[in-house]
Amino acid sequence: MHLDHADNTYPPRHTYGAPRPYRPDGTRRALRIGLGGPVGSGKTATVAALCRVLRDQLSLAVVTNDIYTREDAEFLLRNAVLPPERITAVETGACPHTAIRDDISANLEAVEELEETVGPLDLILVESGGDNLTATFSKGLVDAQVFVIDVAGGDDIPRKGGPGVTTADLLVVNKTDLAPYVGSDLARMARDARAQRGELPVAFTSLVAEDGVRPITDWVRTCLAAWTAAPV
Amino acid sequence: MLVLADGRFPAGGHAHSGGAEAAVAAGRIRDADSLEAFCRGRLHTAGLTAAGLAAAAAAGLDPLVLDDAADARTPSPALRATARRLGRQLMRAARATWPSSELDALAAARPRGAHQPVVLGLTARAAALGPPDAAYAAGYEAVSGPATAAVRLLSLDPFDATAVLARLAPELDQVAARAADAARRALDEGPGALPAASAPLLDIAAEHHATWSVRLFAS
Repeated sequence: MHLDHADNTYPPRHTYGAPRPYRPDGTRRALRIGLGGPVGSGKTATVAALCRVLRDQLSLAVVTNDIYTREDAEFLLRNAVLPPERITAVETGACPHTAIRDDISANLEAVEELEETVGPLDLILVESGGDNLTATFSKGLVDAQVFVIDVAGGDDIPRKGGPGVTTADLLVVNKTDLAPYVGSDLARMARDARAQRGELPVAFTSLVAEDGVRPITDWVRTCLAAWTAAPV
Repeated sequence: MLVLADGRFPAGGHAHSGGAEAAVAAGRIRDADSLEAFCRGRLHTAGLTAAGLAAAAAAGLDPLVLDDAADARTPSPALRATARRLGRQLMRAARATWPSSELDALAAARPRGAHQPVVLGLTARAAALGPPDAAYAAGYEAVSGPATAAVRLLSLDPFDATAVLARLAPELDQVAARAADAARRALDEGPGALPAASAPLLDIAAEHHATWSVRLFAS
């Protein structure tokens, strides 16, 4: 008998794939929302702000995908937005988009382990490592995805499009407070985003403002309401 | 066989360097030649051992016995943990790709993950492959992982790294044949007949690597 598998009972777990929206006991599993976007656009700050607002009303956990450090996880821990057992860091071998799209196995393990150890959970946020405009999450890993860009990255990003901007369930344009200083035209960004995304929603945020994350929390709450209302 | 050995098979391998990251940091891998030396060493030690375990699982030896045999052949706790984590990730992909009651039974018996080579061998069995195929897949994985990682870590010319793998092909043939032969004998003689080649430097470096705070790869 080995210490690392002393427990020989088979804990019910999803055997593979995430599309099944149930826990093994038949109840609806946690909603999984992925947050992706370029480096420095404010993904971790957004996750932290979401946790602060939602943690008193929901059972929450976070998976971070750091590229070569544990900095994002440690930022969340240092800021004590959640207890440490609710934050898991996945290592991605220099390929953040692979871990959320092409080979999601490590992220699925992390998500399921969180449900097993601290669950039942209402919501799991999966934060991608900073990547480029083509990064998207596999539908096998998350139920909805948010793509976070910022005004300082250039106001032509919505026009450039790419899978993240075009297909994400929510596009967040962050750091709107900086727009006057970097010469970004918010109205143009909104117009371009609408042209690329049609009816899909766009949220303009400034996390330094009081309750600045509100547009995203509202969207998350809408997703959760739809998720819990869906027939099992 | 090609699906199983494909580096894009979604079983978590992309996040692991097979010891290459530690070897790069220590200056033991600097260029294509030193990468080849590293891969050759890994192929004939950890690779041979993994190939033997995989071939034996494909031949039908009890995977739980083989899992114990893998523990006995893996002195580094960090590498044991890595092998089990990768085993569990491979199990997930394998059960989705080649559903099998034997895979289900091993998953139930080892919920925290069985050693990756054992799962790999059982996966080959579920895919109706034989012990030599399983040995090839395990042996190839032992060198393809470090080669890919070296390309990312050193910005090594990817054509050079691929040529390294091609040059190792005859030796991979030998390792796979030895492993498959040992697996056949293990059917009568037990897991003691399986190769137990070890690479102390890989073990020591893996223990160091596990303590780094900044790294690109999980192992």
